[in-house]
Amino acid sequence: MEIFVQQFINALALGGTYALLALGLAMVFSVLGLINFAHGELMTITGYAMFFAIGAGIPFPIAVIIGIGAATLAAILMERIAFRPVRDANTATMLLTSFAVSTILHMLFQNLISARPKAIPVPDWMIGAINLGGLSIGVIQVMSITATTLLLLALTIFLRRSILGIAMRAASLDFPVTRLMGINANAVIATAFGISGLLAGVAGVLWLAQRGSVDPLMGFLPVLKAFIAVVLGGLGSLPGAVLGGFVLAFIEVSLRAFLPDDWLPFRESITLTLVIILLLVRPEGLLGRKEAVR
Amino acid sequence: MSEQGTLLAIEGLAVRYGAIEAVTNASLEVREGEIVTLLGANGAGKSSILNAVMGLVPVAQGRVVFEGEDVAGQPPERIVRRGMTLCPEGRHVFSNLTVSENLKIGAASRRDKSQTAATRADMLALFPILEERRDQLAGTLSGGEQQMLAIARAMMSQPKIVLLDEPSLGLAPQIVDTIFELIVRLRDRGATILLVEQNVDLALEIADRGYVLATGAIVLSGPASDLRNSGDVERAYMGSH
Repeated sequence: MEIFVQQFINALALGGTYALLALGLAMVFSVLGLINFAHGELMTITGYAMFFAIGAGIPFPIAVIIGIGAATLAAILMERIAFRPVRDANTATMLLTSFAVSTILHMLFQNLISARPKAIPVPDWMIGAINLGGLSIGVIQVMSITATTLLLLALTIFLRRSILGIAMRAASLDFPVTRLMGINANAVIATAFGISGLLAGVAGVLWLAQRGSVDPLMGFLPVLKAFIAVVLGGLGSLPGAVLGGFVLAFIEVSLRAFLPDDWLPFRESITLTLVIILLLVRPEGLLGRKEAVR
Repeated sequence: MSEQGTLLAIEGLAVRYGAIEAVTNASLEVREGEIVTLLGANGAGKSSILNAVMGLVPVAQGRVVFEGEDVAGQPPERIVRRGMTLCPEGRHVFSNLTVSENLKIGAASRRDKSQTAATRADMLALFPILEERRDQLAGTLSGGEQQMLAIARAMMSQPKIVLLDEPSLGLAPQIVDTIFELIVRLRDRGATILLVEQNVDLALEIADRGYVLATGAIVLSGPASDLRNSGDVERAYMGSH
């Protein structure tokens, strides 16, 4: 029972990180029809911003804010510099642009900083665990779950209450008609990127707190997982992206915890096989819409 | 300078999609307080004109003079803020938003909160069914209700002129009658309307003036009563095939 609860909390924490990343990908996809493969680099930027901030003697909590701010700013700049000029081109052009942005950033990190991991010292109090009724829960896990919950809550309120939030949901369905409401297309798209950067920044901090270091390719794996989560949840559905993130994390954590030792090397392939089976049963994803009739 | 009372004047408008010329040379004008109808067979280019006027598709040639200023080529959001809006063909309500949210986003271009609240109350009085369905997702409404919502949403921006694209499309005859009565009531409240329709009889019944479009150009125009009584409209339609 105890190990079960412990693993459940691990899955929640990991799922939260996936969910934040997947939600960022889905927000940009829903307004622009673009899967931004440079999304993972936003996490990496958070890492390097924190690395330099801590190196300059800035206290950890402020370095966290700087890291998240850097990712948000980078996302907005990415849209302004790389994606806006090709916005009216076809989806393949935008997709290739996102690969280009990702590759250029890799090169910059490697050549200007280092190809090798840079350590980000996490404060001692974060490494410990707290005791809750006989269960020992990692501080980082608690922080993950809290941060994810608060962010998802704030985002839900934004999307339900504010004009810009409602406009973003409307734009995910029908962008031209959203503009007919007098909504500025640039504002909607820039906001989507800004939020995706903020979410990637928070996910980046949570990821870094576990790993303790940043390297140029750090963002690759998590964004790949987030992409799987987005497809699993239903491309274009924001709640789907969150659900997909948690489902993926639960599959991964359960396999890691309960699979016999000699099966462990196959756990990624088993995870993906399960995802494929889910998609065969529900090709539109868990919460995806069937292609609407125009 | 435009003629006294002219709100919208389309002059020599051409719209092209690649090599295809959907509209070759269309000119029409709408004066304040009028219902003007733009008629034409399927594919004559009616929707292309409206979309080009709103900046949803590029204007290949010609001018779109709104309140004395050429707005051709401006983005739709700016044109809406100036006071012209389009209720698009096929309704296009945001099916994933509630009725309330659809109305709220309709007023996104307006800053004055109390004015917006007044318009909203006005629209709910005109379309009581929307008040009843307030918290329902727009996608769950019937076709007629969706059309009412689409019109109310367009009116939430407090436009000086509203372009209505085929409001009767796909609706049962008695629902169409209701919608047309509501359009007349909108005009009675001071709205100016450019109505694109395939339902010629009904459109000419409520319109002040009409234009007939065939293969991308205006072939006939005049007061609605004249168009109604002559056989010219039908001949113009036949000529387009």
